[in-house]
Amino acid sequence: MTDKKHPEEQILQEGDPNTTGHVWDGIKEFDNPMPRWWLWTFYACIAWGVLYVILYPAWPLVNGATAGLLGYSTRAEVAEDIATFDAMNDPLRARMEAVELAEISEDAELANFAVQGGGAIFRTWCAQCHGSGAAGARGYPNLLDDDWLWGGTLDDIYLTIRHGIRNEEDLDARYSEMTAFDEILSDDEIAQVVAYVRNISGQEADAAMSTAGETVFLDNCASCHMDDGTGDRFLGAPNLTDAIWLYGGDEAALEETVRNARFGVMPSWQNRLTESEVRSVSVYVHSLGGGE
Amino acid sequence: MSATQEPPKLYAAQEPVFPKRVKGKFRNLKWVIMIVTLGIYYLTPWIRWDRGPSLPDQAVLIDMANRRFFFFWIEIWPHEFYFVAGLLIMAGLGLFLFTSALGRVWCGYTCPQTVWTDLFFTVERWIEGDRNARLRLFRAKWDAKKVRLRVTKYIAWLLIAIATGGAWVFYFTDAPTLLVDLFTLNAHPIAYTTIAILTATTFVFGGFMREQVCIYMCPWPRIQAAMMDEDTITVAYREWRGEPRGKHRKGADTENLGDCIDCMACVNVCPTGIDIRDGQQMECITCALCIDACDDIMDKIGKPRGLIDYMALTDEANERAGNPKKPIWQHIFRVRTMIYTGLWASIGIGLVVLLFIRAPIDMTISPIRNPQFVTLSDGSIRNTYDLRIRNMQHEVADFHISLTSDEILRVELEGTSTLSVTVPADTTQLQRVYVTSRADDPAALGDTTDFRFWIEDPASNERSYGDTVFNGRGN
Repeated sequence: MTDKKHPEEQILQEGDPNTTGHVWDGIKEFDNPMPRWWLWTFYACIAWGVLYVILYPAWPLVNGATAGLLGYSTRAEVAEDIATFDAMNDPLRARMEAVELAEISEDAELANFAVQGGGAIFRTWCAQCHGSGAAGARGYPNLLDDDWLWGGTLDDIYLTIRHGIRNEEDLDARYSEMTAFDEILSDDEIAQVVAYVRNISGQEADAAMSTAGETVFLDNCASCHMDDGTGDRFLGAPNLTDAIWLYGGDEAALEETVRNARFGVMPSWQNRLTESEVRSVSVYVHSLGGGE
Repeated sequence: MSATQEPPKLYAAQEPVFPKRVKGKFRNLKWVIMIVTLGIYYLTPWIRWDRGPSLPDQAVLIDMANRRFFFFWIEIWPHEFYFVAGLLIMAGLGLFLFTSALGRVWCGYTCPQTVWTDLFFTVERWIEGDRNARLRLFRAKWDAKKVRLRVTKYIAWLLIAIATGGAWVFYFTDAPTLLVDLFTLNAHPIAYTTIAILTATTFVFGGFMREQVCIYMCPWPRIQAAMMDEDTITVAYREWRGEPRGKHRKGADTENLGDCIDCMACVNVCPTGIDIRDGQQMECITCALCIDACDDIMDKIGKPRGLIDYMALTDEANERAGNPKKPIWQHIFRVRTMIYTGLWASIGIGLVVLLFIRAPIDMTISPIRNPQFVTLSDGSIRNTYDLRIRNMQHEVADFHISLTSDEILRVELEGTSTLSVTVPADTTQLQRVYVTSRADDPAALGDTTDFRFWIEDPASNERSYGDTVFNGRGN
């Protein structure tokens, strides 16, 4: 150990060691051997590479790639993982379908599965219209508030998700149709009824117009929206006296609604989602703060 | 390339080291430290500590599955990880302190690599004999005796290595249960894998790589060089007293010779195979065994002890000039070590204070900002918050949730009409909370309103708060 010389010292002391023979601007290049650990790592990498090509999918072909001896594929692995988790969740799903809807939230395990799984389903299928936070958008109801067109109980939400609204693919879909009053009412009457609706919802409106509008409302609108304007959930007729507007509560939006009517459609989900998924997402939506 | 000149080898092969047995005060100190540190390592997982029925009764337990760290009466939850960070900082500063005062004392006495290598040396000495016997065996041809001794040694090492790897996993789960599971082959594969890896590293590092780990693998010696200065106490050779070295033969001219009789005792005992008389060097872990060896020789030849001794660089100049050596405490108590001690102690005191003032209940508030607020049918504005309530008390508790604010805000809980949440013992519970401001109140009309959530356990009178903000319509 005492007369051990550091390799770099040897190079320096021996003056002119072996070089490659190339000279650039007077700079010579050493022809030192590769460090042993480096060489072995390099050989190991080559061996690894050869083995990998034989065992795993490697060379790209026109349709796909060479399969490799192990027959491994990432897709198959994902499918396997999904199958594993499905098998783990299947008993829960079976229970979810077996119990009464109202009993789901009483079973802590089922409730957790419903809210977590329902949230995932919601973000996959429902978020496109209702938003990932379920806050909705113009024309797409906000599911967080306490105002419901067709009802906010767990059963109401379940029915809505299962069959949808005003779609033609499901005969059990909730259905109603507002009349377009463009050719039924005169421009004056439309302006009056708009003023009246703004008045009963606590917004600024011309008093004389509003008074005149009350008659128009009772004659044309009250059959669905009720005499006091609070709407009818059986018909999906919105409550016009509250602070929540699906299409806007300003004069222009109200006038457009009165003239042309609205016809919001929601698809039926009973054929796209399983029964337990429909139930899960119902429980999830019900848990967002607006559930009745 | 000329055929005569061989290219220089860039690989330095390990030179075998056969340290000789040594007796002395530093060797005794090392025995004590070895027994204490190994004892702590092997026995700690077996200490029991009663925490009641719902919690593990292992005194020191890193419970990964339940995300808890138990240390006797202390229980660390994941959100209190700063305690661990604080301890690591203290460990770092502690190493700085000891290195600037006493050099590589960590390397020489307490580093696991040193302790286990020392243990492996001891076993090797028991089986194969001391230095000379081992040297002979090393050079001997492979015969039945050599095979028998080598196999015995490797088996003994392997048993120590397995015990070392085995002890490690006991820190992570209930030790008695795991011990039974390990032998009945019911333990988790991770336990076996961990034991296998640590067994391999212990066996290879302690049996074969030894000083190579310190010289080539460990970054700490390089960092330590920056921690040491001329006042640092380290192992050194009194060259001015020892040189010129030479054998004190009868009749020979011993007048001009120094005290060093070149007996190689210091070299023969060195676990890293160096000669301390060459001066301070990278390979020296300051284990002080050469001091013991040399003192022994000095006693025998009737010279004063301390030819090799703990001393600082400044002592050399002093002694050469004939001045007395500075007392050791003057080397140790310096501005630099004071600063390290101060930093180390202030972090330590901070951690202890934190440990005593932390609340046994706690919460994390996640405001739901998608959407920022919800308008309700009467025009009031509602915000939603996810509260993660931690009940670190060892029994189930009903927490009362409330808030304080300059404005009028109403609080409601999801799924219940009360303001009370039941949280089981030692768990975290998620509770969705709604905060509502009436339509024409300032909080609803304004941009943001600060407020404070409170959770209170009426049974234990513990309470805790968290500040957050309410988003209004902002006009």
